[in-house]
Amino acid sequence: MFTLGPAEWQAIEVTFRLCLYTTIILLVLATPLAWWLAKGRSYARVVVQAVVALPLVLPPTVLGFYLLMALGPRGVVGRTLEDLGLHHLAFSFEGILIASVIYSMPFAVQPLTEAFKNLGRRPVEVASSLGAGALDRFRTVIFPLTRGGFVVAATLTFAHTLGEFGVILMLGGSIPGETKVLSVLIYDHAESMNYAAAHSLSLMLLIFAFVTLFIVYSMTRRFRVATL
Amino acid sequence: MIHIQAQLHFGEDFELKVDHELPLEGVTGLFGRSGCGKTTLLRLIAGLERVKGASVRFGDQCWQQGRHFMPLHKRRIGLVFQEHSLLPHLSVQDNLLYGYKRTPADLRRLHPPEVTAMLGLNDLLSRRIDQLSGGQRQRVSLGRALLISPQLLLLDEPMAALDTQTKREIMPFLGRMAAESGVPIIMVSHSPDEIERLADRIVFMQNGRIQRIETLHESLARPDSPLFEDSGAVSVLEGWLGDVGEDGVRPFGPPEARLWVPAPIQIPVNTHIRLRILARDVSLSLVNPEHISIQNHLPVTIERINLPRDNRCVVACRTEDGQLVLAEVTARAVRQLNLEAGTRLYALIKSVALLE
Repeated sequence: MFTLGPAEWQAIEVTFRLCLYTTIILLVLATPLAWWLAKGRSYARVVVQAVVALPLVLPPTVLGFYLLMALGPRGVVGRTLEDLGLHHLAFSFEGILIASVIYSMPFAVQPLTEAFKNLGRRPVEVASSLGAGALDRFRTVIFPLTRGGFVVAATLTFAHTLGEFGVILMLGGSIPGETKVLSVLIYDHAESMNYAAAHSLSLMLLIFAFVTLFIVYSMTRRFRVATL
Repeated sequence: MIHIQAQLHFGEDFELKVDHELPLEGVTGLFGRSGCGKTTLLRLIAGLERVKGASVRFGDQCWQQGRHFMPLHKRRIGLVFQEHSLLPHLSVQDNLLYGYKRTPADLRRLHPPEVTAMLGLNDLLSRRIDQLSGGQRQRVSLGRALLISPQLLLLDEPMAALDTQTKREIMPFLGRMAAESGVPIIMVSHSPDEIERLADRIVFMQNGRIQRIETLHESLARPDSPLFEDSGAVSVLEGWLGDVGEDGVRPFGPPEARLWVPAPIQIPVNTHIRLRILARDVSLSLVNPEHISIQNHLPVTIERINLPRDNRCVVACRTEDGQLVLAEVTARAVRQLNLEAGTRLYALIKSVALLE
């Protein structure tokens, strides 16, 4: 039952690449954003917080639809890229990468925001007074003291990207080696009545998702980091 | 000198407005009730609060003016907070060295061996932070701040979170630090006791304004000093401690104004100390009484008798060595003994508290 053909391996490779890149990009983007969100309660922050959380409540098709409009050949971004002699982003790996970053953003931003809030301003102020500049403070104080938040953010982002389906189908379609990720492949298998193949991949994802969540929640207990 | 000019509002009811120069020698106490703006002022000096339009100048360095803002990590200010300021992921040793390592070698004036010795930290170096008591934590915080060889030390109620016993332990270290490190200190406090022990100069704050800047002795000489609000009028005598005598008491001060005080044997001979005397522990006598349990009789001259409050008067008396002792007596006693400025008499001192 668990024999994986070349199509499966290709989908695993695309999925893994998508999840990894999304996680890396999101950690870089979410860290300063979460820091800013954790620092105050102004209205601008509430607005940004709401925008970041949108993917949690919107049907993935809505997000996928608007992204298709924007990134496709007739969209603002897509047309600009075409004018520059580049390719538009619909039905491409880059396109679904952008979609994943937006779609999984709350899963990176919220645990980090919580971690930064719990950290408080004191350790950072202390480090400043001891002569540490911003990057130095991040490396030697903020990161070591919020490591749990980073682990949770990274794991959740990775796992959530793995579970993406609607957005990718809308924006990326099902191009092998480019946008055909595991969830889409399972859908294809089920459509073509290939239940055995769909089952083996589904079970794999199920186990992986469980292990991931198990790790996250045990981290949450250990580091007392709030998640969603 | 540090010059601060700032105006800021917090909500509707709090406004901080200052435009003052604070002297920078020894220990300056920033004294006032909770919520009077003293911590905000401290944060403004540190650059932790970036107030629009404020200006902060330290000596010839401009820390903030217009759009210029020097961040805290470039100001070389040692900060000590009430509590919870040690970095929990580092050992005591690494906490102490965190700032030291980041201080350019040519600016280092204080080094780990002398600082750890001064603050009694040698046995703690390898400990984790959660293995320290509250008092030990504060000592480590002080040491860590000193090791950046700061231009200025800002202490934000460094003893407020400690119990009385621990406070008593820490106080000598703070005093020693102020005397030996040569770093000017600004210490926020709402406790007259701490101010009287440590401060040379006091900045009084009220409702977001600086009311007055004066020396400790100037402040103790005026009857309406805010320092007297808690325990009534207080005097602080300064002098050198002599050798241990027979009954465990040690002489204090010059022969013409000698007191005998119960001082611990550990304090070395010829240490300069402060004594804190509550006015209500001082009685006045026109003759030098012989058969009386109170042992300390200081010959003094009345300088001033303050107007009675609740039928009690504070009488300011000058000792033979020129210091001020306050005695609180009833208005009736003033009348019956015919006390007036210039009267020579004896101040009988019932108890003193030693401020090392």
